[in-house]
Amino acid sequence: MKCLQSRHRGLLILALVLAVLPLVLPNAFYVDVAIRIALNAIVVIALNLLIGYTGQISLGHAGFYGLGAYASAALTTHFDWPPLAALAAGALATGLLAWVLARPVLKLKGHTLAMATLGLGIIISIVINNEGRWTGGPDGMSVPAFALAGITIAGETSWYIVAAVLLLLMTWLALNLIDSPVGRALQAIHGSEIAARVAGVDTTRFKVRVFVLSAVVASIAGSISAHYIGFITPGMAGFFHSIELVTMVVVGGMASVFGSIIGAALLTILPQLLQAFEGWEVVVFGVILMGTMIFMPKGLVPSIAQRLRSRRK
Amino acid sequence: MLTIEHLSKSFGGVHAVQDVSFTAREGAIHSVIGPNGAGKTTLFNLVSGIYAPTSGRIMLNGEDVAGLAPDALARRGLSRTFQNLQVCMNMTAIDNVMVGAHLRLNQNLFASMLRLPAVRRMDVQCRAEAARLMEFVGVGAYKDADAGQMPYGALKRLEIARALAASPKILLLDEPAAGLNHTETGEIEELIRKIAQSGVTVLLVEHDMKLVMNLSEHILVLDYGKTLAVGTGAEVRANPDVIAAYLGAPA
Repeated sequence: MKCLQSRHRGLLILALVLAVLPLVLPNAFYVDVAIRIALNAIVVIALNLLIGYTGQISLGHAGFYGLGAYASAALTTHFDWPPLAALAAGALATGLLAWVLARPVLKLKGHTLAMATLGLGIIISIVINNEGRWTGGPDGMSVPAFALAGITIAGETSWYIVAAVLLLLMTWLALNLIDSPVGRALQAIHGSEIAARVAGVDTTRFKVRVFVLSAVVASIAGSISAHYIGFITPGMAGFFHSIELVTMVVVGGMASVFGSIIGAALLTILPQLLQAFEGWEVVVFGVILMGTMIFMPKGLVPSIAQRLRSRRK
Repeated sequence: MLTIEHLSKSFGGVHAVQDVSFTAREGAIHSVIGPNGAGKTTLFNLVSGIYAPTSGRIMLNGEDVAGLAPDALARRGLSRTFQNLQVCMNMTAIDNVMVGAHLRLNQNLFASMLRLPAVRRMDVQCRAEAARLMEFVGVGAYKDADAGQMPYGALKRLEIARALAASPKILLLDEPAAGLNHTETGEIEELIRKIAQSGVTVLLVEHDMKLVMNLSEHILVLDYGKTLAVGTGAEVRANPDVIAAYLGAPA
């Protein structure tokens, strides 16, 4: 019952924060940051289902994110596809690719998934760099605005609403999943794979499913981000972006949906704040990450929640 | 219901289990005993599908299940606990028990994400049943606890509750009394008896001889992977080979 209540409470608080935020943000720059946070958070929540809950590490999720972004950009620009169809095609292709990769890899034990996704991510990023005809190569390419049924989403306010609604939806879906038979099976795989199998969980099948789910969500978020930002570069599919996504999961909190949002927020805001350090921002960034890992190894949200709970006792 | 025929398992040159045969009768308690390294846990790992046997057959309700994966065996009504605990410390105690009921619940990803009414209804039911099982095994006090907060003895019982949540026909208990004190062992004995009375066939690996002798209808003694003796408690106790294996051969 405890988790039932906290699930609804958390969702309500998130909805309130998202509703109040545009009223208190001073200008369009901050709204832009908020939109980027929300879109990142969607990917991070999905990645946390894979890493934090199921215990499977992916070092190539930016590749899936980039696939979605470039599918949207290329199909709408070169083939005049409607944006929604391009988004769906990107998601479908990403899902298929993730499935084809995961089926053989996830039967193996150990960190094979991390290595395989690392490789895949790098391959995707090389292909994007080299297929300049379709992707603009290293220079990147511009993406037309997102239009659906004649209505074009434009302006910070409209985009904020879209991003906020999508983030709420993703949070709701993830919270539901965690507290369901499938979610418990995923967490059992993390806790003790052998116990999960003895309980009847087809562990390979569930790992594949959550991997494909997280890849498809990353692809969709990539498509939407591409339309929002309006210009994409190969970097968004690159290895460093993958690491950034994993860092958001780890800093915010493994196996914590709200931690994912906090992690995405922190790591989206930090680089902006650290610009004053001129060249040293990467160092400051690293120190903050190390500090989190040393003092709060479970990540911010679970560590703080634990401290609050023990103080109450 | 469970018959093991000429079962062998080798790891390279080590013959962990050699030509072991055994039959378990429905609803009875059976024990596997033997000195350390006799192959008891290997035998359990073979029967529960964690290892595939090198040769031999494992017949479960007339079907040869040798080499089937643990999840396939779970579908056929076999469940087990572990000597070294396999509790998911990342989950709450009750969620651990609910994992045991996995096969009876909706396993559709989308139904789970949307929390469809059918999924929710089954989950509420399953949670209530898990709470009942926790009471049954004597860890009702930890219903709201995280598994990581529970003491060792309670975790052993929690594993039994998880195994029972699958409604198994046959239950393998790997050293359920290891590390427990005298009182706790007595309680575990009572619990195992109750489980068997509910119609579950129990297969037990245990070092506590008092517990084994009190409970078992039928005992298999292993030594160096081979069958040393089979029979009732009294028969096994009187067997000179068994005495030699446990106390050393007479001078």
